[in-house]
Amino acid sequence: MKTLKNIFCLSSISLLLLSISSCAKKSDVTPEYQEDNLAPFSVEFDNIVGEKTLSFNNATSPYTNAVGEKFTVSLVQYFISNIKVSKADGTTYTVKQDSSYFLIKGADRATRFAKVKVPEGDYTKLTFTLGVDSLRSTMDISKRTGVLDPAGGMEDGMYWGWNSGYIFFKMEGSSSVISDDVNGDPTGKKQFKYHIGGFGGYSAPTINNVKNITVDLTTAGIARVRKDRQSNVHLFVDLIKVFNGKNSFSIAAHPNVMFSDYSVNIATNLTELFKHDHTEN
Amino acid sequence: MKNKTFWMVMGGFCLFLYACTKEAQIKETVSNFLGFQKPANFPSPVYKLENNMVTEAGFRLGRSLFYEPRLSRNNTISCGSCHIQSSAFTQHGHDVSHGIDDRLGTRNSPPIMNLAWNKAFMWGGGIYDLDLQPIAPITTHEEMDENLDNVMTKLRLVEKYPTMFKAAFGTEEINTTRFLKALSQFMVMCISANSKYDKVMRNEGGLSFTADEQAGYALFRTKCSSCHQEPLFTDGTFRNNGLAPSPIKDQGLYTATLQEKDRYKFKVPSLRNLSYTAPYMHDGRFLTLNGVFDHYNAELQQTVNLDPLLQQNGKLGISLTADDRTKLTAFLKTLEDADFVTRKDLAEQ
Repeated sequence: MKTLKNIFCLSSISLLLLSISSCAKKSDVTPEYQEDNLAPFSVEFDNIVGEKTLSFNNATSPYTNAVGEKFTVSLVQYFISNIKVSKADGTTYTVKQDSSYFLIKGADRATRFAKVKVPEGDYTKLTFTLGVDSLRSTMDISKRTGVLDPAGGMEDGMYWGWNSGYIFFKMEGSSSVISDDVNGDPTGKKQFKYHIGGFGGYSAPTINNVKNITVDLTTAGIARVRKDRQSNVHLFVDLIKVFNGKNSFSIAAHPNVMFSDYSVNIATNLTELFKHDHTEN
Repeated sequence: MKNKTFWMVMGGFCLFLYACTKEAQIKETVSNFLGFQKPANFPSPVYKLENNMVTEAGFRLGRSLFYEPRLSRNNTISCGSCHIQSSAFTQHGHDVSHGIDDRLGTRNSPPIMNLAWNKAFMWGGGIYDLDLQPIAPITTHEEMDENLDNVMTKLRLVEKYPTMFKAAFGTEEINTTRFLKALSQFMVMCISANSKYDKVMRNEGGLSFTADEQAGYALFRTKCSSCHQEPLFTDGTFRNNGLAPSPIKDQGLYTATLQEKDRYKFKVPSLRNLSYTAPYMHDGRFLTLNGVFDHYNAELQQTVNLDPLLQQNGKLGISLTADDRTKLTAFLKTLEDADFVTRKDLAEQ
């Protein structure tokens, strides 16, 4: 009887050990950090509105902000740049700048990933810029290719020609609370437009709405970047925070905010948009 | 430094000539294109020529684009529509620019002149790189009302452009960078430095000022030159010169910077080629030079940020007697550059 008990005990211990070792194997050994040992890594920008997914021009099921105004969204797009990842010991890797500019367009699902390469390793922190840094904003036109090409149109363009600079965050939509006069939308379409930009100015200083965002990955899952897989940090981008952030505001009171002092308030709200939901390793 | 730039330009030019003769073997005559040449009495240019060396092919392409109406939504307006060479590249007779579909802008069309020395563009700033400047008129509702994507698409369909882009940049690709660089190459070549004033300063052809011109020059140096600095006749800064705010309350530089100190400040314009560029001020409110003199003499308004230079010793403005005006006008006439407004190489071909 005693022997049997022992055997049982031993086998359970070995089973436990086995399971532990298999577990460790699955999550593998953290590779030695080498700057040139690059592996794929992505950040997913999944736009949501409060408790709901984002759907465009959904008049039958509008969203509601903190002051009770109902609204729909017709367009949302923003620049993400200067991606960095940090390990628990503080080692930080900055993605090569030329490969670190992304235009996330809500209407184009293919653009929701910022795909970069970082060294193999386990990362506990992600940082990026919402917008386009001032350095790039003042570079020679030949350095503004891809998403930074100012060629976009007025409707979906992300560049101000009259005041050289990129629009960092653009959200448009409509709400019945918007008046039909010059303080609202004189065309009667009840549209709101938020075009937030401003990098601080070339040589004449002005507002700076470039925002650096830091996301702690330790709670919802660190990024284990390896060559044989695609580590993806899945962020929820909660657009309700545009209205309900620290500087909460009413659409009726501010239906159009572009290059103005008030944009600074909204830019502050934008820092609250990003929530880490999970990481796919 | 001056010498270095000169030899760089010359070197580039020789290389270009060499490549050109080699490639186009049947070319009949050697081009007399000299590239960008800094006038001897001018400072070093602000524009970074090293990032966009002016070549003959690039200049020709830029000129073709400058006069290309396809830059506008309905192919009716070119840069040359509001920047007419005979008016020193302004839109003579228009207080504010007259754009697409007969829409009117809010400001007076400024001259395309000596832009390689410009630190900032537009009456109210906002643009600080010549390469980025054309985006503004192309996309502005009242001007060309088009977008760059469409412009590129349209240009690709015009037979001459792929060839011209290849000549200028090596391949037929037409993109934003090449388009803007070519326009800059044409614009930096629009140099006005052959006025009587320039020739006197450079001791060319034994020219000298008349007594009135000389007296006017002395008056200019005491009353005007702090802002309208020689030899460009602007210091390139933004100032409030005491104009009553316009009916549309144009706040100038403030709109681009949102800084209180910039309210009602506009770019100091050059005084070169005044005879060709009337009307004057950012909104073209003064039709004649005498109107401008009247303003500085007695019509200045004490608005916020009025320039300190215009309110010295408890007096607003700059006193200008009838005699002062005659002499100043005589001097300002020496800034006319007839060559600049008639040169064939800057005209639509």
